[in-house]
Amino acid sequence: MSERYSFSLTTFSPSGKLVQIEYALAAVAAGAPSVGIKATNGVVIATEKKQKSVLYDEHSIHKVEPITKHIGMVYSGMGPDNRVLMRRARKLAQQYYLTYQEEIPTPQLVQRIANVMQEYTQSGGVRPFGVSLLIAGWDMDEDRPYLFQCDPSGAYFAWKATALGKNFVNGKTFLEKRYSEDIELEDAVHTAILTLKESFEGQMTEDNIEVGISNSSGFRRLTPAEVKDYLASIG
Amino acid sequence: MSIMSYNGGDVIAMMGKNCVAIACDRRFGIQAQTVSTDFDKIFEMGPKLFVGLPGLATDTQTVAQRLKFRLNLYTLRENRAMKPKTFMSVVSNLLYEKRFGPYFIEPVVAGLDPKTNEPFICSLDLIGCPMVTDDFVVSGTASEQMYGMCESLWQPDLGPDDLFETISQALMNAVDRDAVSGWGAKGYVIEADKVTIKTLKARMD
Repeated sequence: MSERYSFSLTTFSPSGKLVQIEYALAAVAAGAPSVGIKATNGVVIATEKKQKSVLYDEHSIHKVEPITKHIGMVYSGMGPDNRVLMRRARKLAQQYYLTYQEEIPTPQLVQRIANVMQEYTQSGGVRPFGVSLLIAGWDMDEDRPYLFQCDPSGAYFAWKATALGKNFVNGKTFLEKRYSEDIELEDAVHTAILTLKESFEGQMTEDNIEVGISNSSGFRRLTPAEVKDYLASIG
Repeated sequence: MSIMSYNGGDVIAMMGKNCVAIACDRRFGIQAQTVSTDFDKIFEMGPKLFVGLPGLATDTQTVAQRLKFRLNLYTLRENRAMKPKTFMSVVSNLLYEKRFGPYFIEPVVAGLDPKTNEPFICSLDLIGCPMVTDDFVVSGTASEQMYGMCESLWQPDLGPDDLFETISQALMNAVDRDAVSGWGAKGYVIEADKVTIKTLKARMD
């Protein structure tokens, strides 16, 4: 792949922008909406998983995936690019465990993944990833939740609550009004689903959204039945 | 000639009540010739974390430097102090990387958890096999002698002063029965709020 090219395809424009990254961010903004909210006792991440046809087997593939027992990830943008980063993230987390016999802290994992994403903006013959990631983790040592966003540029941000993908501006405005510092996980899940609903066309069901939570018991994806219960309570 | 007894030297670590102690002899010799009497084998890796590296003297120095390298980068990256248990894994990793051409060092780690101040001691073999104990660990050319001394003298829940006495007697009497060990001794007592370093008055032969 990058054996033949020794020069980067991502180069500066006269205005000082890396246009390829701008385009990657556009690919993210055109992707399915995803949302993340940090609560006092955990983090929730959720995404829309609308399939184009009823023939799709919705529950065979997941968008909300675990990286380690206590860190999970969701994305907005190009699915295949996400899979590559997923594999890298999982491997990086395991390498850390091999050396330190300790679970990787969420900020450390985020730094490592963001570094991978940055490499693809400078290495020869490759393009930036067309995804922005939302990484949710619980730190067992410090007993606290973390929510991070990783961008195609390699920049990463720690959020209390954020939205990515289609309509993310409206999503963030909605969250700004709804978020409070002492929100609990149950309410956060509720709010996350409501935020997704803002940009959802059609009927939201337990089969076309995915929700994951990270708390002191670790990270897990909610079952469709659990999602259905939350949907019922928002009416 | 055994590589592990070319320079000679010993380290002991002991567990006390809310404290740990680590002590070493101070001889640097080349087979029978004693060259220096201030060659310490214990290195500070953190305010409450110490590692003892008895064995081949060149490896004592190199491993100490390389461990500090890894620890410094960890501290900068993670913005937190390394736990003793994690440090043990770092030492293990470093040693196993040289599985088929090892460092001739059998390390001893002693420290307190940076947050909880829980005491911790462990030892490793030259290829990184870790062993955590709740009483004492020994390593060096007089290890048999040290095992005997520790087994007789050690008791659980010794306070800092008693622990210091115990570890000093254990080390000094053990190294006196070994030709390539001794020539001075140094002991460290690590408590939650302070570290006491004492140079022991020992037989200089």
